[in-house]
Amino acid sequence: MAHTKEKNKLYGLMAEFENETQLLQASSKANEFGFTKMDAYTPYPVHGLPEAVGFKKNRLPMIVLIGAILGGLTGFFMQYFASVIHYPINIGGRPLNSWPSFIVITFEMTILFAAFSAVFGMFALNNLPQPYHPVFNVPRFALASRDRFFLCIESIDAQFEEEETRKFLKSLNPMDVYDVSP
Amino acid sequence: MKEKDIEKNTTLTELSDKFGQKYGKDYWRSLEALSQTEEFQQAVQNEFKESPVEWENSLNRRHFLQIMGASLALAGLNACTKQPAEKIIPHVIAPEKITLGKPLFFATSFVLSGYACGVLAESHEGRPTKIEGNPEHPASLGATDIFAQASILNLYDPDRSQVIKNIGQFSSWEAFLNLLRTQLEAQSGKNGAGIRILTETVTSPTLAAQLKTFLKKYPSAKWHQYEPVNRDNVKLGSQLAFGQYVETQYHLENADVALSLDGDFFSGMPGSLVHARKFGERRKVDGHHAQMNRLYAVESSLTLTGAMADHRLAMKAGDVLTFAQDLAYQLNATKEKSQHNKGVAGKKWMDALVRDLKSNSGKCVVIPGEFQAPEVHYLAHAINKALGNIGKTVRYTKSVEASPTVQNNSIRELTDDMKNGLVEFLVILGGNPLFNAPADLNFGEKLKTVKTRVHVSPEENETSEWCHWQIPQSHYLESWSDARAFDGAASIIQPLIAPLYASKSFHEIMAALNDQAGKSDYEIVREYWLSQLKKGDFERSWQIALHDGVVAGTAFPGISPTLRAFNLAPQEAEKGLEVVFRPDPNIWDGRFANNGWLQELPKPISKLTWDNAAIISPASARVHGLENGQSIEIKRNNTSIKAPVWIVPGQANETITLYLGYGRIKTGKVGANAGVNIFPLKTSDGKWSASGISVKATKEQVELASTQDHGSMEGRHLVRESSLADYVAHPELFHEMGHEPDPEMSLYPPYKYDGYAWGMVVDLNACTGCNACTVACQSENNIPIVGKEETLKGREMHWIRVDRYYTGDENNPEVAHQPVMCMHCEDAPCEVVCPVAATTHSDEGLNEMTYNRCVGTRYCSNNCPYKVRRFNFFKYADYITESAKLMHNPDVTVRFRGVMEKCTYCVQRISSARIKAKKEDRSIQDGDIVTACQQVCPTDAIIFGDINDENSRVAKAKAEHRDYGLLAELGTRPRTSYLAKLRNPNPELIES
Amino acid sequence: MATESKQKNQAPLIEPGHTFGSVSDKISSLVLNKKTPTFWFIGFGISFMLMNLLLLAIAYLLFKGIGIWGVNVPVAWGFAIINLVWWIGIGHAGTLISAILLLLRQEWRTSINRFAEAMTLFAVSAAGIFPLIHTGRPWLDYWLIPYPNTMALWPNFRSPLVWDVFAISTYATVSLLFWYVGLVPDFATLRDRTKTTGAKIIYGVLSMGWRGSAVHWHRYETAYLLLAGLATPLVISVHTVVSFDFAMGIVPGWHATIFPPYFVAGAIYAGFAMVLTLAIPLRKVYGLQDFITMRHLKNMAKVMLATGLIVAYGYSVEAFTAWYSATEYEGFMILNRMTGPYRYVFWSLIICNVAVPQLLWISKVQNSVVGLFIIAMFVNVGMWLERYVIVITSLHRDFLPSSWDMYSGTFWDWATYIGSIGLFLTLMFLFLRVIPSISIFEMKTLVIGRGDKKEDKK
Repeated sequence: MAHTKEKNKLYGLMAEFENETQLLQASSKANEFGFTKMDAYTPYPVHGLPEAVGFKKNRLPMIVLIGAILGGLTGFFMQYFASVIHYPINIGGRPLNSWPSFIVITFEMTILFAAFSAVFGMFALNNLPQPYHPVFNVPRFALASRDRFFLCIESIDAQFEEEETRKFLKSLNPMDVYDVSP
Repeated sequence: MKEKDIEKNTTLTELSDKFGQKYGKDYWRSLEALSQTEEFQQAVQNEFKESPVEWENSLNRRHFLQIMGASLALAGLNACTKQPAEKIIPHVIAPEKITLGKPLFFATSFVLSGYACGVLAESHEGRPTKIEGNPEHPASLGATDIFAQASILNLYDPDRSQVIKNIGQFSSWEAFLNLLRTQLEAQSGKNGAGIRILTETVTSPTLAAQLKTFLKKYPSAKWHQYEPVNRDNVKLGSQLAFGQYVETQYHLENADVALSLDGDFFSGMPGSLVHARKFGERRKVDGHHAQMNRLYAVESSLTLTGAMADHRLAMKAGDVLTFAQDLAYQLNATKEKSQHNKGVAGKKWMDALVRDLKSNSGKCVVIPGEFQAPEVHYLAHAINKALGNIGKTVRYTKSVEASPTVQNNSIRELTDDMKNGLVEFLVILGGNPLFNAPADLNFGEKLKTVKTRVHVSPEENETSEWCHWQIPQSHYLESWSDARAFDGAASIIQPLIAPLYASKSFHEIMAALNDQAGKSDYEIVREYWLSQLKKGDFERSWQIALHDGVVAGTAFPGISPTLRAFNLAPQEAEKGLEVVFRPDPNIWDGRFANNGWLQELPKPISKLTWDNAAIISPASARVHGLENGQSIEIKRNNTSIKAPVWIVPGQANETITLYLGYGRIKTGKVGANAGVNIFPLKTSDGKWSASGISVKATKEQVELASTQDHGSMEGRHLVRESSLADYVAHPELFHEMGHEPDPEMSLYPPYKYDGYAWGMVVDLNACTGCNACTVACQSENNIPIVGKEETLKGREMHWIRVDRYYTGDENNPEVAHQPVMCMHCEDAPCEVVCPVAATTHSDEGLNEMTYNRCVGTRYCSNNCPYKVRRFNFFKYADYITESAKLMHNPDVTVRFRGVMEKCTYCVQRISSARIKAKKEDRSIQDGDIVTACQQVCPTDAIIFGDINDENSRVAKAKAEHRDYGLLAELGTRPRTSYLAKLRNPNPELIES
Repeated sequence: MATESKQKNQAPLIEPGHTFGSVSDKISSLVLNKKTPTFWFIGFGISFMLMNLLLLAIAYLLFKGIGIWGVNVPVAWGFAIINLVWWIGIGHAGTLISAILLLLRQEWRTSINRFAEAMTLFAVSAAGIFPLIHTGRPWLDYWLIPYPNTMALWPNFRSPLVWDVFAISTYATVSLLFWYVGLVPDFATLRDRTKTTGAKIIYGVLSMGWRGSAVHWHRYETAYLLLAGLATPLVISVHTVVSFDFAMGIVPGWHATIFPPYFVAGAIYAGFAMVLTLAIPLRKVYGLQDFITMRHLKNMAKVMLATGLIVAYGYSVEAFTAWYSATEYEGFMILNRMTGPYRYVFWSLIICNVAVPQLLWISKVQNSVVGLFIIAMFVNVGMWLERYVIVITSLHRDFLPSSWDMYSGTFWDWATYIGSIGLFLTLMFLFLRVIPSISIFEMKTLVIGRGDKKEDKK
């Protein structure tokens, strides 16, 4: 009980680094040390970093594939239903199911659905939009979008012990370490 | 008196200025202002000051028209669906009763220049909406010309004269009767020496009788007849030949060879509809029977007759006499030959013609043009006699006119009398002499000497301006009358509707003059015929006469007058430029100037709309360095006019053809100031062509709205044509001209049409290009007019157009006409591209246009290879004019702005036929459905029906070797197909 | 090391001496600095006036009817369709640069893709106006969209115009998504750098609380890549479908199988021309020469040259097939284009699109900014003329000589066209003012990589 209470005082601890290489090393060290609940923040995508902070599986591609197939089917059968079932008319002597002319729209719908699932899927998985996040309580964090690199170990991590963790982070010789209030 | 007038009028002017707003702008300007001076022209211009501005955009013009209509919707209109009080007899259903939504047909007669053409008028709930031909009338045989078709529009013209006016102010019938009383009292002393009555050509027995009664009472009064497009030359010709006025009738059904001498017996000539029908019958070629008549034409400007001819010779109008003289000489009809050593026609042509005529004596006919010199008519009579055609192809009767007169002399007498102050009281029954009397007579000036002038006319025209009294004349669909057809057959004119406005018929006016005022024209006409139809039960024969539209047994019997000798001095060939005057093919002598349908109708051959022009040949254009639209100044004995040039192949060189009737100033909003007034050049010598004129080119350019700018087929096989001989030798030749992919070639299986399958065939061999179909369609389908400016932009709305192509030498081309309407393609390109499925196919194969679904992407029009789709770029349809509402065909939607429209095969007629058939529990029979264009066609060139029924006429026609589909190589599989054109040239004249 | 040597003789993608900070500061300052430069006000003012001309023209059109334009029968399509195709064509470069070049790992795209995409969106919106207003009854345009209704009325899915509706709207939507996704991290940057609360809130909302988490970056990149993959066939399909409007018709000069490829090439051609037209003045006035270097301009010039040649090939194939098919209508059509009443249009098109761009073979021209700008201008004009030739000269003389007629644009046609340019520029100016016109975070990857360390990064 006391434990949890104590923990809740902090969201986590955050270390600031000069460049991506330091951050990469730091995160992998933390990973080896056994931390799981942590995240790294960079001004641009850094390759290898997600693995370093222990990111496993990316489900986005599957979502997009499903979206695409769904779109294609919707596209074609909307046209089929409209021109063959719902209101069949003789237009220019063409057969009711003149499928070659239905291809274009089928294709467009495929793309549209896929694109939607890509974008909204991504945001959903990242659970964005997120109006509030504790990391922003760190004033220096504003530089995360400019030229600084941050590693944040969250207090919910089993390994998390405020002082120990601070020490550990200091040992990675960052520019500084900050408390992240919830 | 005069002075008083002036004072009175000036005050009136002020008064009426106030009224100006309220009653349109037709207020009176004092007589003084109305002199042929600058001021007058100025004043007239002023009256129409808004016009140039308003008319830059035709939409404004239409808008103005609509306002006019709305503001002038007078009391009469509210009563307009009232049947006339008297009993009139419907044509089809004997017991007259109106079923809502079910049209009735009444036989009546349309009269042009005195000659009656029987028609059936379609009446919807008491509103006449459409004119159809009357099959039982000798002058119609079921067809009509463009004038009869368009006459319905005149009935509903909002610009009609609507109230009796005395010097510009609204007046009353009673006031007019008072005037008559005083005038007649004043005149009774001197036997009416001061009274003159001026009419147009009169063939109406009733009117003639009334005039005679009047003249009996006032022996010194005089009756004059004048209209500009008169038949003086015909009369003078017969005078030369027989010493009397006889009517000549041509029986083309008996003619194997026909020669036209600078005339157009297919249009504008008494009996022309009959000529076309009979001529067409002699050109029908089908599997069993492959004979055709042969037509030679010698003419100054390309006419429908010339276009139809197997051999045509372009020749100055002035040379036709020389030609005729030589022809007569070679046929031993006369002794003199012309001084022209080798003949104006060239030896080869002449000899071939002569041989052809000789070898067909008794089976040929020579038809002189209405407007050729009397001598030509004399020679024609002589030739026909020499060839033994009299009684076979040519038949003589006594003149159809009530009292035949040479009208140019008649009008001259009148003007002389006016000059000498002998005329005190002048009643002008119809016509517009101030506009169209021979220029040298200076009618206008003389008219001013007449103290009291009464003018009765359907519209307020130039003459009305100069007369104290303007009395609206009833339309022929509003009043009872009668008239004679070209063969003398008397036709009763029965009204379908009570007069829309406070108008009077000539009969009522004459009754008033014969102090029988108040007598209705019904009583008058009926009484006259009561006195005529003595034998048998009058009621019955009267009913039959009304039902049939013609009084049985009134056609004149043939006579055989003896040909007089007449020595014609040997003729010379013409030198220098000549002008040729002709009535306008669309607006005639100008009386139809305010008829939008006729104004916008592309004139045959030239395809001009809304204007007349100086028509010259390409060669002459090059010689004088002229181009289309360039304005030239034409000077004839020190009067000159300015007219724009229009170049037409086949026009005789050094000949300028001018169409009369344009340049009207005082008429409705549609016709005023359109085109050029030619009458200033036309003098009382009665000549229809004049040499010794001078032409000066100017820098001015006039935009002329022609609906077809390109005359060549560019080597495409659109109109397929060959000689009869080649066709007989090789019937398949037309199919070899272009290949038709067979339906199995398509990737998609063809649709099956099990029930009815509507289709159409157009026989190009019969089509004379007379345009009647276009006007009929316009009338049947509520097709709007768009005005000159829109036509210039290429936005005319006609659902069926007559394409005209030239082939061969530009100086003497062969002409082919091709009516083009929606082809109702089975694999229609237009339907596939419509994004909203607004144009689709019915299970009977109709290409249907759903107006209220159309969003107007115009993709269908782009994808239509025939370009028969028409688009409402603006709100063309007239939703506002009260009278136009009455005119619209209730069975056809009036289309809104932004909507595509096109030929529907008269789907409304198809459904009414279907309903009828269903009620009688039978299937639709061949001939139950007659489309508007088919109904009107004089040569029966259009056939419509069910192509699934192999006994139908249309199916038989499609089985012909001559049958081909226009642009069928595109795989559109058109339901409308064409029968190829054939010519029957004289073997001697075929150039190898 | 091949790349190393290649680098030697090539201008760099980003001039030396730039750090992450300097990049962020430089680019975001364009948006964040308080005082708006005067040239912006001038340019915006003019464009805005032109845009109002468009509004006026549309208002009058709705009031009067389509007749205020020069269209008639047979030429039932005029400026509206020409402009539609022209704008859509221009709207291709953006997505193309950002999608295809991304897949091809062409890093030089980075500094131009942002405003190229913006240009795409604005061009497409300018294009979108025309199909909407060119119908006879614009208030019923929604009938082209399939929606369930009691009358069971649906669009006719066989009509290329309905394909258009889908193609163009899909393209617009996907381009917008693509653009927005690309913007999110930069919005975050702006959010963190701006001083004013108002801007902070707005950019905060737009950035959706982006915080640059490694995991987010990972999914983000996947999504971006997938979008690129989807946008690539899409961008090809759009102009293909637009070309179907013609190719599916039976009109001589329209009914040609070469149309799709040759339209797409033309679109890329026009697109790059327009990018150059915008980029050259942009880098000048904003002093972005460091980011949009000569190398970018030259690469675009090369793309233009290549696509230009494809277009020229398209023209020749049209002529060839016309002759080879031995159809009288096709043959006449080509002859009429070259010698008919509209021959001047045709030949000036050839000069603008085929002759002049050949100058790009000369490296002197490639290196001259002014030269490139002038050539780009020629191409812009040329591509408009091309559509004029296709639409007008094909229609004005088709199968039946009896219905042949002439066409010419009216005042309102021109007003609408010029007005649409006004709309485009107005949007462009607004974009420059409030949105970073170069992708900041992507530029940073260039800073570390200097564009040539790809191998090491893998």
